[in-house]
Amino acid sequence: MSYMSLLWALSFVLVAVVISFKENLGLERDLLIGTVRAFVQLMVIGYVLKIIFDLEKWPYTVLMLLFMVLVAARNAEKRGRSIQHVFPVLLLAIGAGEFVTLSMMLGLRIIPFQPKYVIPISGMIIGNAMVASALTLNRIQAEIESRREEILVLLALGATARQASGSSLQATLKSALIPTVDSMKTVGLVQLPGMMTGLIIGGTSPVEAVKYQVLVMFMLTAAVALTSMVVGFFAYRKFFTPRHQLIV
Amino acid sequence: MENKYVLENVCYTVTDPKSGEKREILHDISLLIPDRQVLTITGPSGSGKSSLLFLLNLMRDATGGRILLDGHDIRSLNVLELRRKVGMVFQRPYMFKGSVEYNVLLGPNLRGARPDRTTDELLQMVGLDPHMLQQEATSLSGGEQQRVTLARTLANEPEILLLDEVTASLDHASALYIESLIARLNREHGMTIIWVTHDLGQARRAGHRRLEMVEGRIVGEEVLR
Repeated sequence: MSYMSLLWALSFVLVAVVISFKENLGLERDLLIGTVRAFVQLMVIGYVLKIIFDLEKWPYTVLMLLFMVLVAARNAEKRGRSIQHVFPVLLLAIGAGEFVTLSMMLGLRIIPFQPKYVIPISGMIIGNAMVASALTLNRIQAEIESRREEILVLLALGATARQASGSSLQATLKSALIPTVDSMKTVGLVQLPGMMTGLIIGGTSPVEAVKYQVLVMFMLTAAVALTSMVVGFFAYRKFFTPRHQLIV
Repeated sequence: MENKYVLENVCYTVTDPKSGEKREILHDISLLIPDRQVLTITGPSGSGKSSLLFLLNLMRDATGGRILLDGHDIRSLNVLELRRKVGMVFQRPYMFKGSVEYNVLLGPNLRGARPDRTTDELLQMVGLDPHMLQQEATSLSGGEQQRVTLARTLANEPEILLLDEVTASLDHASALYIESLIARLNREHGMTIIWVTHDLGQARRAGHRRLEMVEGRIVGEEVLR
């Protein structure tokens, strides 16, 4: 694809900007910043990936994965500002989700350890794990606050903090997994997932593309569930003292 | 008479997490609570009555002084065992979705134990018909629900009951019934009862002794029996 085609595509964004300006919708700034950011980020990542793919040396691939986990954890941390020391947990949770699922795919020889397989698939796993961790953090505080009465009754009956927050944790994890479960329900019926679309455009047969997509979806579900659980099991503790006292 | 609780210069201060501002809820409370007696505590809202109860079963930590239960500093006790021994009932009867039986057995089930008394006995202790065991707890009337919460607390075999405005959300007849039940628990089962209420008449009827609290301090005491 030539850069000319990219410019053509960009001109369509400019049409939206002009309409927004004329109709006083106030979207120009967000549209322009978003466009520039996406362009620069993706161009840079395109070249970085090209270098890593050409080098075919594992330390660079691992470094790239670590960088992705780090950025994802930082991003999810923003949702959990009220919970102290959450960053290391996010790092661990997202890292664990990625490590377990990737190891499985490599161990079962589903994909080879080549940057062109490992990095894009990891990107999807880490990205989904990031969204799920952010949702978990966002949700747990609201759940515990809204179930304060129930939690106090349970604690007064001699429940541990874990027992008393059981239903809050359950509701939190359920809502964190909703986007993943929902997308599994409608996949292929409403939209073709990004990876499959990419493979089909790239010339892979639809059946082969579907196989990869199914694989990725299973892995995503596993990674997202694992990550949310690690984050959830850590986060609820932050609302209790070691003496099983509710802090909020 | 032996003292169940001894409170020595107990203070409770909370810190606002946002502003960092400190607010004193309880100020230098010293108090003896004799075994097998009913102590009632009255006072305007915000006087620290409920906070005092929360310190007695370690739902909150006192920020100063110490609290002894049967001669032991409560901070040295196993908190889960302490909360089993010191039952607490709140103003609003909270029912978990499920049968009356499920609700009554919750405390023992949490620690994987069986209650000493049968569920029939527990319901009879609070004046409910054992036939109600399989009924959905959330469908009961307010007065019945509060009796189920009492039975639920009694299933843990507590020696002490902390009652936080337990009749405040009930109609007059139900309130009087609960009052008579609690008097019986004290009389027949020798339970020590610490009862926060805003109803002065109730506090005088029910208590051996009544304390008046204002702004986190004990400002008056009345020996009733």
